[in-house]
Amino acid sequence: MRGMSLIVKTVTRLVAEFITIFGIYIVLFGHLTPGGGFTGGVILSCGFILLTLAFGKDFSLHVLSKRAAGTWDSIGALAFLIVALVGYRVGSFFFNLWAEPATFKLASAGTIPISNIAIGVKVGAALFGGFMALAVFRRGARGGYEEDE
Amino acid sequence: MEFSILPLLVAIPLGAAFILPLFHRVKRSAKIADFVSIFSAGMLFVLTLSLFEDAREILWVGRWSPKSVVGISLYVDGLSRLLLLIINTVSLAVVLYSVQYMVRYTSRILYFSLFMLMVAGMNGVVITGDMFNLFVFLEIASIASYALVAFGCESEELEASFKYLILGSIASTFVLFGIGMLYNQTGFLNMAQLSEHFQTAGVSRLAVMAGCFFIVGFGLKGAMVPFHAWLPDAHPSAPAPISAMLSGVLIKALGIYALARLFLNVYPVSSAFGTIMMLLGAVSMLIGVLMAVGQWDFKRLLAYHSISQMGYVVLALGVGMGVLSRGGSTVVAGLALFGGLFHLFNHSAFKSLLFLSSGSIEYATGTRQLKEMGGLRKRMPVTGVCCRIASLSIAGIPPFNGFWSKWIIIIAAFLAGHPWLGALGVLVAFLTLVSFVKVQRYALDGELPERYRNVREVPAAMGLGMIILALICVAAGVLLLTPPLKSLIMEPARDALLKTSEYARLVLGG
Amino acid sequence: MPRELLPYFLAMVLLVIGLYAIVGKKNVVKIIIGVIIMEYAVNLFLVLIGYRSGGRAPIVTKTLNEDPQRLREFMQTAVDPLPQALILTSIVIGLATLILMIAIAIRVYEKYGTFDVSKIRKLRG
Repeated sequence: MRGMSLIVKTVTRLVAEFITIFGIYIVLFGHLTPGGGFTGGVILSCGFILLTLAFGKDFSLHVLSKRAAGTWDSIGALAFLIVALVGYRVGSFFFNLWAEPATFKLASAGTIPISNIAIGVKVGAALFGGFMALAVFRRGARGGYEEDE
Repeated sequence: MEFSILPLLVAIPLGAAFILPLFHRVKRSAKIADFVSIFSAGMLFVLTLSLFEDAREILWVGRWSPKSVVGISLYVDGLSRLLLLIINTVSLAVVLYSVQYMVRYTSRILYFSLFMLMVAGMNGVVITGDMFNLFVFLEIASIASYALVAFGCESEELEASFKYLILGSIASTFVLFGIGMLYNQTGFLNMAQLSEHFQTAGVSRLAVMAGCFFIVGFGLKGAMVPFHAWLPDAHPSAPAPISAMLSGVLIKALGIYALARLFLNVYPVSSAFGTIMMLLGAVSMLIGVLMAVGQWDFKRLLAYHSISQMGYVVLALGVGMGVLSRGGSTVVAGLALFGGLFHLFNHSAFKSLLFLSSGSIEYATGTRQLKEMGGLRKRMPVTGVCCRIASLSIAGIPPFNGFWSKWIIIIAAFLAGHPWLGALGVLVAFLTLVSFVKVQRYALDGELPERYRNVREVPAAMGLGMIILALICVAAGVLLLTPPLKSLIMEPARDALLKTSEYARLVLGG
Repeated sequence: MPRELLPYFLAMVLLVIGLYAIVGKKNVVKIIIGVIIMEYAVNLFLVLIGYRSGGRAPIVTKTLNEDPQRLREFMQTAVDPLPQALILTSIVIGLATLILMIAIAIRVYEKYGTFDVSKIRKLRG
């Protein structure tokens, strides 16, 4: 997949970091404002997809290879499961540890921000990996994996 | 500190499913996959057995109080225990079988990861007490199964998986619609609170419409006629262990269990829904077996028989519902429900065994067409014996387990005042017998063709998986009247359904 | 048409359109779009049943939190937040199903060479 024109490349270079930071913001503040893990993860993956569209697949594969996407996917999912099980050991399943009533602060609401971060990582990696698998890697008629041009 | 093992039933397979893809490119990935999966399946089986000591168990996830609308409850009673036993036992046998069978496919790591996801979803469906949670687990199991049906990536498998996907998505959409309607009408999502609401405030007409949506949605997942169109393509095309899981457990846990739970425990028992279930069951039985008799592809024949046997179970549930709603004798209703649940149990044992033996035959000879086989029992003794046991069970020959459950259903139909349905059951049983006599004559007995002179028996792991299920077939039939089977497993299941609306009191008050 | 039934009608219209696309169209891509439309129908339905007329978004602000009386009134009249959680989950599930559908559709195209459903019929009987 080749890149796009110079205008797109310049704008992307300016905007890509903001998209990533915006995605991280939505994930982190998920317990205070609308958003949370899934929507923040979608925005993060959109940032990566924008990089792919503008600069070509080699560039974004350099940033996050197919194998790394899969690994981060599993790590996010396992982190979520571990958070759930940790609460389980101490109290009950998904029990909300450290839920001090310090509302409207960032460090409140116990395990929810950790779950949000785990989900954000997982969704971002998974959607990016899915996009790569569908659009970039094509299975040739002989059965081997060919990379599309 | 409450330490409940219920969440482990879901957390263990989920953990296995998430850890396995990490090893995708590692050298010995297949061996790691085998080890992790067998370990998880074994632990699940042990946990399920340990659940049988308690009467019932409720867990409110996250310690939300039962009074609030928001908490999710996990509730295990006799019916859930029965299904958990079915799911985890068949999973263990199939995992053992898959270790050898999937050598011919790519990437065992990904196969076992998807498999564990499917098991996690099914376990979640039967232990949850909340409608939306049911939907979420239903989707987890369904999506994993869509991917597994397409696993071999041959053209047939992809076409079958696509058809299954589209129809399954329609079903899930209908189920979610029904859940939304229920929430709108009652304001509750928890099954026990819904049941309580229906008892005090009655069932509004829109809630009845939601019930119809549920019949369409869950009926499609459970392969009732006229929603059966995906099954004859999906089950034969999938790899044999997946066919066994799909036909043996998935259509039960996702389809039949949900229907039973909804229409016997959540909704007050109504004769209209009972009649609908009886009708669906009768039509499924008849059409399934009629289309099966003319098949020459072994797995397609088995798939059509699945539709027919599930028809028996739904028929039994409908008869039970009909009797209960008329205020009739609980003994007759109990008999019908007992027959239906016992047939559920038996069917998962012998249908999975049949699919596994068809897979063994395919592994050894490379064909699924009955006309090309013959005399295989001489060269493959273990497969031959297991296939014969399963065929006799499904055809309803005493003393195997199929005979008892069909007999109980037919008697209950007669006692409840539906002689035509009883007669239909006998007719379908006869046609099933005809069909499996054909199977045995072509696959096992008869002349061994030239090209199969040198086939060998299947590897040990595959044989072990099959033997486990065969033992269950034999044991369930013989041990029906002795305590462990009857009072520990089957009767609590039947009682859980018989209690109908007392379910609410048990969950909320207990 | 009574006011409470409005969500049902609107969602049913979309549902039927989606169902028509699945059943009546021959192109695989159009069938997939039909499934998506059906999922949108259900999500729309869930949004609509959560709405309370005249309500505001169910976000509690700091000033609101300090006044228990106003807080209680706010919670009674604000839009119901439970269906919103359901919708989010449903959208995620729909996305996962969509990715799987497209992946299988791409492979089907490679094997059969066509997107026409009536030609993808190797299994019959």
